[in-house]
Amino acid sequence: MKEKIEEIRKSAKEKIDKIQNLQELQDLKVKLLGKKSELSELLKGLGELAKEERPKIGSLVNETRQEIEQKILEAEDVLKEKAMNQKLEKEKIDITAPSTKMRRGSKHPLNRVIEEIQDIFVSMGYDVVDGPELETDEFCFERLNLPKGHPARDMQDSFYITDEYLLRTQTSSVQARTMLANKEKTPIRMICTGKTYRREDDATHSHQFNQVEGLVVDYKDKNTSLADLKGTLEIFMKRMLGPNTELRFRPSYFPFTEPSYEVDVTCFKCGGKGCPLCKKTGWIELLGSGMVHPKVLEMNGYDPEKYSGFAFGTGIDRLAMFKYGITDMRYLYTNDVRFLSQFDRQDKD
Amino acid sequence: MILSRKFLKDYVDIDDNIDIKTLAEDMTRVGNEYDLAERLVPATKLIVGKVLECKEHPDSDHLHCCKVDVGNEVLNIVCGAPNVRAGIKVIVALAGAELPGGVTIKKGNIRGQESNGMICALYEIGIDKKFLSEEDKNGIHILPDDAPIGKDPVEYMKLDDSIIDFELTANRGDLLSILGMAYEVGAIYDKSVKIPDIKHNESGEDLNKSFSVKVNTENCTLFIARKALNVKIKESPDFIKNRLIACNIRPINNVVDISNYVMLECGQPLHFYDADRLGNVIETRMAKNGEHITTLDGNDRCLEDTDIVISDGKRAIGLAGVMGGLDTEIEETTKNVLIEAAIFDNVKIRKTSNKILRSEASNRFEKGLDPSRTYMAMERAVKLLEEYADAQIQKGKVVYDKTEKEEKKITITAKDINNLLGTNITNKETIDVFRRLGFDTVLNGDIITVTVPTRRLDISIKEDLIEEVGRIYGVDNIEGKLPSSPIRMGSLDKTDRDIRNKMVSLGLNETLSYVLVNDKEVHKYTKDEFEELKLLAPMTEERNVLRYSLIPSLYKIYEYNKSHYIKDVALFEIGKGFWKKDETYGENKKLCCLMTGEYYLGIDVKKDVDFYVIKGVVEEVLNYLGYENRYSFVIPKQNIAEFHPGQVAEINVNGDIIGIIGRIHPEISKEPVFVFEINLDKLLDKRVSKMKFKDISIYPTVNKDIAVMINKDITSDEISKVIKKAGGNLLVNYKLFDIYTNLALGNKKSVAYSLTFGSNSKTLTDEEINPIIEKIVEALEKNFKAELRK
Repeated sequence: MKEKIEEIRKSAKEKIDKIQNLQELQDLKVKLLGKKSELSELLKGLGELAKEERPKIGSLVNETRQEIEQKILEAEDVLKEKAMNQKLEKEKIDITAPSTKMRRGSKHPLNRVIEEIQDIFVSMGYDVVDGPELETDEFCFERLNLPKGHPARDMQDSFYITDEYLLRTQTSSVQARTMLANKEKTPIRMICTGKTYRREDDATHSHQFNQVEGLVVDYKDKNTSLADLKGTLEIFMKRMLGPNTELRFRPSYFPFTEPSYEVDVTCFKCGGKGCPLCKKTGWIELLGSGMVHPKVLEMNGYDPEKYSGFAFGTGIDRLAMFKYGITDMRYLYTNDVRFLSQFDRQDKD
Repeated sequence: MILSRKFLKDYVDIDDNIDIKTLAEDMTRVGNEYDLAERLVPATKLIVGKVLECKEHPDSDHLHCCKVDVGNEVLNIVCGAPNVRAGIKVIVALAGAELPGGVTIKKGNIRGQESNGMICALYEIGIDKKFLSEEDKNGIHILPDDAPIGKDPVEYMKLDDSIIDFELTANRGDLLSILGMAYEVGAIYDKSVKIPDIKHNESGEDLNKSFSVKVNTENCTLFIARKALNVKIKESPDFIKNRLIACNIRPINNVVDISNYVMLECGQPLHFYDADRLGNVIETRMAKNGEHITTLDGNDRCLEDTDIVISDGKRAIGLAGVMGGLDTEIEETTKNVLIEAAIFDNVKIRKTSNKILRSEASNRFEKGLDPSRTYMAMERAVKLLEEYADAQIQKGKVVYDKTEKEEKKITITAKDINNLLGTNITNKETIDVFRRLGFDTVLNGDIITVTVPTRRLDISIKEDLIEEVGRIYGVDNIEGKLPSSPIRMGSLDKTDRDIRNKMVSLGLNETLSYVLVNDKEVHKYTKDEFEELKLLAPMTEERNVLRYSLIPSLYKIYEYNKSHYIKDVALFEIGKGFWKKDETYGENKKLCCLMTGEYYLGIDVKKDVDFYVIKGVVEEVLNYLGYENRYSFVIPKQNIAEFHPGQVAEINVNGDIIGIIGRIHPEISKEPVFVFEINLDKLLDKRVSKMKFKDISIYPTVNKDIAVMINKDITSDEISKVIKKAGGNLLVNYKLFDIYTNLALGNKKSVAYSLTFGSNSKTLTDEEINPIIEKIVEALEKNFKAELRK
């Protein structure tokens, strides 16, 4: 009997060692350990043995059975690993082959800059407001202290639709709208960004361009002095153009502010040393600003005896060109996909 | 306005060690920008030389070999000028000299002959040809015999001047005069200003007895006439010529030059008439419509009733403030001169000069003039005529004067100034600034009363004075600070930005195109009724109208890119469309999108843009904005010519058409190009609820597929509605995953749906699900005569 069991054990081991795949192993498992297997048969015939033999043989059969089971499990692991390795080998790909092409979306550089400006001012407590691009003469000029026949209107050759309506020449028109709309005459802190239009088209001017306009109105002697304007624009420009940017205020003339200042910034290109871009002055003229003219306050419902304010504005196109090193203004409006799709990168400060 | 330093120095004593660049920068800091600041003759290392010998070049038919004595040596110079000869004195540029235009003179060899310098023409050292005589235009400049050899020829010619070309602001008409500049410079450096010398003799009968001035328009507020008799027309003295040249005005003769010289000094344009061709009266009136005049430049001008004219009582003899008439022009033979000094309405002058000619004179009239200068200029002119044209000045002047005589007084306090500027300026400092500006002040308690000089027409309110204080005190001396307002967050409507981000995330490139388009495009891609908005004065006919739809703009951008071999184009833009309807003007914000080519591409995957791709983009945007389950795509009732009639739909949200989607008609584009446009104002007007979390069921869902044969013309939308209704609450999702048609199926198609069932309260069993499926199939059979495919 013992010999028989030993033979079964031996032949089972040999058979298991020869097995090449999992299915065969499964079949063999049934053959070796199933109800009809030799081992099972042996167990069934246990009753025929002498009483004292039974436990011995019984446990020997069970040991052998466990041994074979163990052996099968081991063989299974080996075969599984082998099968997995084969599968992995088969699935091996050329990881240097090109990826599936995703569409690259991008935001227009001008809108990127507009969003950046909006964020700077929102963080300083400014409301971002919007106004019509098809504007009336009243809001574009008259309410900004530019009556008909005013010489400064020459500076802004405009696109009129009728005597009354025109495409706005400046986002300043939103100043008047904001002041008028504020019925309680509470303090104002706002910016407006958007498209503006003037009758000129050359290498450095597009007839359509973008501006940002800011307006702060508050009770007199509160937060609305030239010093506040200077501080505000310093923050704005340093955030946009870098911490080393210096500002220079030059007295100037705009009908809607008094006093008025043009603001130069350190030349982006040469850092103030002087280069062809800044005509060797080290400065680039970038903003217009000033203290809101009392007539403008008055015309729009704010008593100039009680309130004062400051306002500023600048062209966004030039800021964007500087920021991204765009050499030709025409790129901004040609919409070449090879240009547009470059702007899908995060801005780094 | 060009400022000559020498001219300026006549009226304010600025230090010689302030160079022209420093002066220009200092002026910039008080608000007067400049374009250019340099020496009148920019050339360097020039010296007076005498040509000792002049021989023909052995190897050239026009060059000369000269020996030129320049004082400490004799130079060999090859010269090509036709007028060079032995014995003359000339301007020599020595080796190392820099001439305008970037030329540097070097020692060298010209066709084998030594040449160690250059003999110069005036235009070569920087004098514009328009100021030169014929000889000087064509050759080197020959200096008079008394020119000192070895000395600076520029100094000898009295051209050793420097200039600043200012770009002045529109309000500072007072700076269009050397005197005005002198006050400005005087304020910067704290120097007093000298007044022009106007002392002169006068004789004879008072002009008022023989001559009269009539003004028949309110557009002339001041008119002064005087007569200078027996003038001798000749060349002007050097200082007058040189200063005119420095200020970019061509010298003509002493009389004409004096009128220009006085205009530069005082800022008041004058007009000189040949008195003998004039008569006894001069009249100012508005032109008659259609009236004609021949102006100084020989052109015949047809006038309108908005032009101001000067007349001799019969006909127009001058276009006031703009240009004189040819008939009464000063000529070589003129003996007696009638001088006009007047003030005309600035707006009228601007209108006329814009139409006819912008001149030094009209520029000054446009900006407004100071009446006291009008008087001063008249007296200064007769003084100079007496001195430099040997004129006898007739006694008396004829005056018409309706100008305001009251002095402008403005009160101000240091507090006003400090509030607006954010400074701590004292009364004393304030008064000192006004003193430097030449403004009189009276201090009473804390109130300063400032008398504004008549020359400063730009100052009328307190804030103007504050600006003056700020300018002279120095803006750079004001420390910037940040408003210490209460902390608050600014408001920003982020909808545009969110839509932009969504579109970008879907792989679209944002464009920014022009609002002005051609009128042929404006009614395309829409059946909406509106009047187009045409520009009164377009720059080009290509852009003569405001756009209504953005689709034509995006299509043009597509065409541009296609012509640059870019086939995969996916664009979007948020911009405004404009319209007029029943006398109402309006504008709407629109989202436009164009897609064509491959949407994505991999080694074994590829998806071309088709209607369903761009429809997916629309749905993405609408779902993102909260309109899920509130929109549908509807076949338009009217055909829109620019769209493929079988691939176009109106986008409908809650029963309103808010946009259009479709394929561009194959006749327009052979390539399949798809667009959509949504009127964002219309869409966003429809309120959406706040985003809210939906509980996730812990019970599994069950998927079942069904396929039915159905009539081809029944739309997916119609089928979906029936499935949804029949499916009830437990049908949580359904998806069309296959449409199959072929010839054998005739007018039928096979559609297959994947149905998802689920419940928040239990796991569904087949016994619960099967009746629902049966209900759905029954409904499809009933509504569409559909047959279940088994």
